[in-house]
Amino acid sequence: MTVAWLALVAYMIFAGLRLDFTWDRFIIGLDNAERFLGRMFPPAILQPDSMAKGLLESLEIAILASFFGVLLSLPLGVLAARNLMPAWVSWPARTTIALCRSFHPVIVAILFVKAVGFGAIAGILTLIVASMGFIGKLFAEAIEEISLKQVEAVRASGAPFMSVLTYGVFPQVFSRFVGFATYQIDSNLRNSTMVGIVGAGGIGATLFAAFQRFDYNFVCAILIAIILMIMIGESLARWVRRILGVDVSKSDA
Amino acid sequence: MPNSRTSRSPAQWERYSSTERLLRFSLLLLLIIAVLYSAKSVEIIPEFLLDAPEQIRDLLVRMWPISYGFYPEGVHDPLMDTIHIATMGTILSILLAVPVGILSAQNLVRNSLLNGFARLILVSTRSVNSLIWALLFVAIFGPGALAGTLAIAFRSIGFVGKLIGEALEEVDPRSVEALQAAGASWMSVLLKAYWPQLEPTFWSVALFRWDINIRESSVLGLVGAGGIGMALDTALNLFQWTRVSLILLSIFVIVVIAEIIVTQIRKRII
Repeated sequence: MTVAWLALVAYMIFAGLRLDFTWDRFIIGLDNAERFLGRMFPPAILQPDSMAKGLLESLEIAILASFFGVLLSLPLGVLAARNLMPAWVSWPARTTIALCRSFHPVIVAILFVKAVGFGAIAGILTLIVASMGFIGKLFAEAIEEISLKQVEAVRASGAPFMSVLTYGVFPQVFSRFVGFATYQIDSNLRNSTMVGIVGAGGIGATLFAAFQRFDYNFVCAILIAIILMIMIGESLARWVRRILGVDVSKSDA
Repeated sequence: MPNSRTSRSPAQWERYSSTERLLRFSLLLLLIIAVLYSAKSVEIIPEFLLDAPEQIRDLLVRMWPISYGFYPEGVHDPLMDTIHIATMGTILSILLAVPVGILSAQNLVRNSLLNGFARLILVSTRSVNSLIWALLFVAIFGPGALAGTLAIAFRSIGFVGKLIGEALEEVDPRSVEALQAAGASWMSVLLKAYWPQLEPTFWSVALFRWDINIRESSVLGLVGAGGIGMALDTALNLFQWTRVSLILLSIFVIVVIAEIIVTQIRKRII
């Protein structure tokens, strides 16, 4: 146990030296922080039009990306479930999911901005990719955990594949799917406020511009607005889960 | 499934009560309106969308062949920095998040004002994206890995603290009461009753967050907060597409390695 602690401390010293964390920089930083916070408060909405437009666009990006992302991840998750599909179907689907997941949305956003130009469409495409990766993976895992008894029963009655899905598979995983989807809406809302930093639309562009103009009081106002919007989104998601009777399980946190 | 069980048995069985049906219907309606409204008002330039496949193909062509030769001089060091930023950020975030998590647990701190305050901290740190945290810290500490590490640490407080707080609330109260009855101090109760039950969650949360942070720290450099993102930013600005593809490939490799490490450790220990 002591060895582990020593190793941890040694690592922290090594990494700290390598990353050039010095006490001087920290002290200078604290000095800057004081000035910085002084300029942030009181928050001021310097450009109400640009802020309102940015927030609305972020919201629209999140809604559209969630809608199409959830829609696309449904078949993708089914295709990737190894207990329903043969290997030659599930492997391509699993690879697609892994590719969607492995890059941070910002990198995907940069590539989409290069491909489709600046604006909301790049943001929407980015978050669709992110949603497919996240929901697709968890949904496929959920399907792989279902009980096959019901599936076999439906199959034995001569049902075609679609009916097997609707009567044998989906009832078992529906509530978890809703859980993942509402979580992803939350996550898309958070990310839609950020993709603007690289030019993919939404409030991020306004925020980044305010930063570059050193309008820190406007930055503060935007940050408060973002936090409020996300808190409202979280309570909405909780409300939706309650209406649909989905258990708010800790594992979806 | 949420069935309304009334004392009177209805003449015909219905899965949902009329209020439930109304709520579900209005939810669907709301969803349709939101999607249609967004689709209508969001600015999409169709010409841009039409030539997107061509642009993407063009991008891929320019990225080929990957210039592997650039790895030793320009990618290795920032890549290692990225891993250290993620690891140090995770360690720091745990140090910061544990007290907040304890404050947010209602069975440990019986003060709803403090609970609420801790929850507010957790929600706000999670709501601000790591890239935005990085912008803030770059403004304070200047460009570099310090800003990136702090951004990772602050962004993770919400996640780590929330899960630790929830795990603390689920702790079996019997061992806690036994220790309290024996007159143990608050600190001993924490270490001997709460910690053993919390430990598995704690390690799995820490590992999970580290995995996420590897991904997150790879982009912080785009706003000047150190790591491989800075190399990516330079290569993108100079249109050195063959280097961009090398950097993307190396990010992909470390993300995959991190995921393998985490799953292996989880399988062995937890």
